[in-house]
Amino acid sequence: MNGAFLKFTPRQIPAYLLALLLVVSLLAPLLPLQDPLKMDTAARFAGPSGAHLFGQDEFGRDILVRLIFAIRNSLIVAFAAAILAGVIGTALGVLAGYSRGLTEMLAMRFIDIVLCFPPLLLAMLAVTLYGPGPVTLIPVLAIVFVPSFTRVAHASVLSVRSQDYVEAVRSMGASNARVMFSTILPNIAGPLIVQFSFTVAVTVVLESGLSFLGLGVLPPAPSLGLMIGTGRATLAQAPMLLVWPCAALTAMILILNAFCDDLRDRLDPKSSKIRGQ
Amino acid sequence: MFWFLRRGFASLIMLWVIVTLVFMSIHFVPGDPVELLLSQDGGSADPATVQMIREDLGLNRPIVEQYVEKLKGLASFDLGRSMVDDSSVSAEIARRLPRTLELIALAALISLVIGIPAGIYAALHTGRAFDRAASYLAGFAQGIPVFVLGTLLILVFSQMLKLTSAGGFVAFSQAPGKHIGLLLMPSLSIGIGLAAIVFRITRASTLEVLPLDYVRTARAKGLGDRRIVLHHILRNALIPVITIFALQIGSLLGGTVLVEYVFNWPGLSGMLVSGVNARDYPTVTGVILVISALFIGLNFLVDVLYGLTDPRVRK
Repeated sequence: MNGAFLKFTPRQIPAYLLALLLVVSLLAPLLPLQDPLKMDTAARFAGPSGAHLFGQDEFGRDILVRLIFAIRNSLIVAFAAAILAGVIGTALGVLAGYSRGLTEMLAMRFIDIVLCFPPLLLAMLAVTLYGPGPVTLIPVLAIVFVPSFTRVAHASVLSVRSQDYVEAVRSMGASNARVMFSTILPNIAGPLIVQFSFTVAVTVVLESGLSFLGLGVLPPAPSLGLMIGTGRATLAQAPMLLVWPCAALTAMILILNAFCDDLRDRLDPKSSKIRGQ
Repeated sequence: MFWFLRRGFASLIMLWVIVTLVFMSIHFVPGDPVELLLSQDGGSADPATVQMIREDLGLNRPIVEQYVEKLKGLASFDLGRSMVDDSSVSAEIARRLPRTLELIALAALISLVIGIPAGIYAALHTGRAFDRAASYLAGFAQGIPVFVLGTLLILVFSQMLKLTSAGGFVAFSQAPGKHIGLLLMPSLSIGIGLAAIVFRITRASTLEVLPLDYVRTARAKGLGDRRIVLHHILRNALIPVITIFALQIGSLLGGTVLVEYVFNWPGLSGMLVSGVNARDYPTVTGVILVISALFIGLNFLVDVLYGLTDPRVRK
């Protein structure tokens, strides 16, 4: 099992690409890159050059640098929302599955209500009330994905709670909190990690959609969705302004999806049967 | 029959919960919601205007009274008036809803017409070139966001090849051909991603049905391939496809919002996006209520369909 993680196979390529994305976006402010907001109106729509590999946009800003910072913003929002959703959703699910009764009923009805709304609409309702920007974006995206964590955690707890080792810890006098979080939680971590990776992937898509509509990340901060939205206006003069962010966003999503699939096959062996393998 | 009523009742409860929640949402906002709605330009709002809007929205009355008023309005399909131009929100929705519905219908049709035959063919020829190529393509189509696909379709077909216009709308009654032509690209943008999902599920469920006894029996009886596929495999393999398709309705409705915006299709989304930008609360809640009701209604329809095709569900 441990050896399998170390041996190189083509299926690990998405993991390496994702690691590269994460490292570059984490270190982006430290790398010797230009300021993504620095304008140079004399060089509007300039083509690729030595100093600007991908050319410059409608304000003369470096496209490559903006792409890197846009990916960074995307991943920051996605990870922040997924962590928030994961913590709240898992706590709710573990609590519901472990204590049963009224707590379980209330928690599960709450997530049924959230699931009634198509995710994009829930986000748009929140933006109407609170205004656009990252302060609205992260909590809203988190709420949208709380239910999936709650469901996964709840179902996993139900299958684990009556196992002998849980019974053993409880009979030794461990507190409920200890049983829930240091005995049960590590044993249901697999499906939750898979859920986390899926949430990051889906959040990237949702965030880019909102930013595309002008309701997510606000200009002048770089965001892939926003770059695609503004690139549409200059479609005829500078099609590459549109093609680059489209390609970057699609590539990022494909990498995340491939990574999720691979992770699921490793951590959740039951599900690979569905894929006919 | 009892099963049918119970399912319908559950849908109504869900609708009531959504109405209540959307109603409550404006009261959840910390501070004064009206001042917040008006404060988009940074400056503080004029107290007289705040008072006027508060009265318009009924926010100065007791909350229970507002709630009863809202439910009464909904019962007669009254969703209030727009804060921007005082027009009736329900009338505007009634005008735009059919355009969104035809977009969803054509997208669904495209996805089923591509996804189901491709899925069955791939399952019957696993590991061959078609199967592998289609599986990769499906992964790609599923990954690419709808608005990216739509934007790229515009770039290629209207900007580079000059085959169609970049979007817009012509009423069906005025120019039927042009109407369909303009509908095609937005529907394709939604339909392709959906086709990928239909393809995957059809392929997987066909593979599960193939080794079953009744397929072997049909083959042993000497039935032709065509008859076996259509009558024995397809009917049983389609049940999971219906289920997954129903689960996708939510993201389908979300996808239309983006795609309508990309192609300037004057459906519900244009109304929603400009409503959100103008912080026009009655318009936004109206559209959200209608789309959510649509979501619940379509899910109910799929459940009924499901119950009709599979008697075991009707317990």
